[in-house]
Amino acid sequence: MFIPFFLELKAARVPVSLREYLTLLEGMEAGLATYDVEAFYYLARSTLVKDERHIDRFDQVFSHVFKGVEALSGEGGIDPTNLPEEWLRRLAEKHLTEEEKKLVEALGGFEKLMETLKKRLEEQKGHHQGGSKWIGTAGTSPFGAYGHNPEGVRIGQHESRNRRAVKVWDKREFRNFDDSVELGTRNIKVALKRLRRWVREGADEELDLPGTIHATAEHGYLDVQTRPERRNAVKLLMFFDVGGSMDDHIRVVEELFSAVRTEFRHMEYFYFHNCLYERVWKDNRRRHAETIPTWDVLHKYGHDYKVIFVGDASMSPYEVAQPGGSVEHWNPEAGALWLNRVRAQWPNSAWLNPIQQKHWGYTHSIQMIRDLFGERMYPLTLAGLETMTRELSRKH
Amino acid sequence: MRFEGTAAYVADKDLMVAVNAAIALERPLLVKGEPGTGKTELARQVAAALGLDLIEWHVKSTTKAQQGLYEYDAVSRLRDSQIGDERFNEIRNYIKRGKLWEAFAADRKVVLLIDEIDKADIEFPNDLLQELDRMEFFVYETGETIRARQRPIVIITSNNEKELPDAFLRRCFFHYIRFPDAETLHRIVDVHYPGIKQNLVRAALTQFYELREVPGLKKKPSTSEALDWIRLLVADDVAPEDLRADPKNALPKLHGALLKNEQDVHLFERLAFMARRQNG
Repeated sequence: MFIPFFLELKAARVPVSLREYLTLLEGMEAGLATYDVEAFYYLARSTLVKDERHIDRFDQVFSHVFKGVEALSGEGGIDPTNLPEEWLRRLAEKHLTEEEKKLVEALGGFEKLMETLKKRLEEQKGHHQGGSKWIGTAGTSPFGAYGHNPEGVRIGQHESRNRRAVKVWDKREFRNFDDSVELGTRNIKVALKRLRRWVREGADEELDLPGTIHATAEHGYLDVQTRPERRNAVKLLMFFDVGGSMDDHIRVVEELFSAVRTEFRHMEYFYFHNCLYERVWKDNRRRHAETIPTWDVLHKYGHDYKVIFVGDASMSPYEVAQPGGSVEHWNPEAGALWLNRVRAQWPNSAWLNPIQQKHWGYTHSIQMIRDLFGERMYPLTLAGLETMTRELSRKH
Repeated sequence: MRFEGTAAYVADKDLMVAVNAAIALERPLLVKGEPGTGKTELARQVAAALGLDLIEWHVKSTTKAQQGLYEYDAVSRLRDSQIGDERFNEIRNYIKRGKLWEAFAADRKVVLLIDEIDKADIEFPNDLLQELDRMEFFVYETGETIRARQRPIVIITSNNEKELPDAFLRRCFFHYIRFPDAETLHRIVDVHYPGIKQNLVRAALTQFYELREVPGLKKKPSTSEALDWIRLLVADDVAPEDLRADPKNALPKLHGALLKNEQDVHLFERLAFMARRQNG
């Protein structure tokens, strides 16, 4: 009976399987959500969605598939655009004092005010704010302007305004968790965990139980064996593009940076501008005074380092392809040559781009750098990070 | 058997539906959410509300799935055999029951809390698949199968540090505890501090939500922090008027309970500084 719903969830890339669907039916059979749309929504959500990142997609599908159901169950909200004018007037009269009413008159009369109000309501619906931000709370409504307590006027929503089922999924509160949208340091850390490689090295501190048993059996007396603790041995080198067009992405890059810093012990970073040339630097404020030759970096860090470039790769094609193409200085060798050297030195390298993937095709230089990196350019989203870490942790 | 929240715990309807589904269909319930939104507390409250015993299994980064079932203490058996203790002939003497075994062997239904499952190794949830699904496991050393006498109510919490495997997720109900809205938080405060001055709560919560909205906070304060802070305000007998945001002082009173990170405190000091400059 819910098969179309199930199929649409699949189509919306919510990972659901038959098993979950059967669980939902089982739950319905057990009478967990009878005669209650809201309970059904919660039950379906808790059986079919297993990750808060997918709840937003689930909400969209749910509201699409079960459109109109809430009306049948008699819990439908009042359509805000069809509010009877009489009702609005009464509401206003109830709340406005005599002086305020006079003010209203002075400003074009009640009819005109109501017209604007209606228009605004329509507008709000059109902008898909459809529910949580009603007139009044936005602070721009004519009502608010006349000194009325903004908490009071919530047109179309009498009490328990946040609790009606129709609104719960239309509110789309889980939008932030969708993994194609947002990055937070914690999420980044989770994504980066895949890069870890456990190695035992250092002092023998841990009791090696199987080893002890083995040695004891061999020698005939208790022979205690120890071994070093497990440590994350992955080595990471990062290059960040700073300044210019990257200023738009500072926040997300900052988050990535702080996550990487806490997650990896062997982590080094350098800055560059637009494209990699013969010099990089570690301190942005002193970037012209203290630079490090890129050759030194190439020689210092071994092949086992994993290398991540972070930059929007948006520049003029000359900056990549031509000697002397840099916007800041005269570069004797082309950026592409430097990037090729990087690729040769560190086979495990990738480029993270904070620009959305769908816009990549419009910038020529993005395509060029993508080619230089052998298609290993990933968007700076959680999904992109995950693909990147999977790619980087493969053995070569 | 239905869970309707308790006097000390405000449960939203979505949470109640999820808990009741888990109870009725006897499947584990996986609870996620921001730190401090009452994930662990949920298990305690479910146990209290239903009058059941609670068995808590706190997972650490070193915890193995096997430890939840049983542990075979080979070393002490080896030692006993060397000093000639008679006990070593019986292997049962060296098998220590884990939390899962305890829950399975209990005479009455119990609530089993597996706390912070994401702390353990990536394989940990996979190792518990069968055990949680069928509620039985096999003890190799003695060759017996332990079956649950009553399927326990299993509540699992996760802080999202690791992705959990799909096969595991498929067997659970899932609930994400959202950060409560102002109304719910007000109810939560009322439950914890009955008889508190209403205008103080309102002023404090307004400021609390403003603080959460500040962009760039490293660690947003959560429910438990709000409760601690309000307790401090009550203990200090702060008047609601004193709480009003003063542009000269963006840091709220007794902010130590809310901001747990010196970078966040600095952020607020910078904001206060900027506000002062604008006004002056």
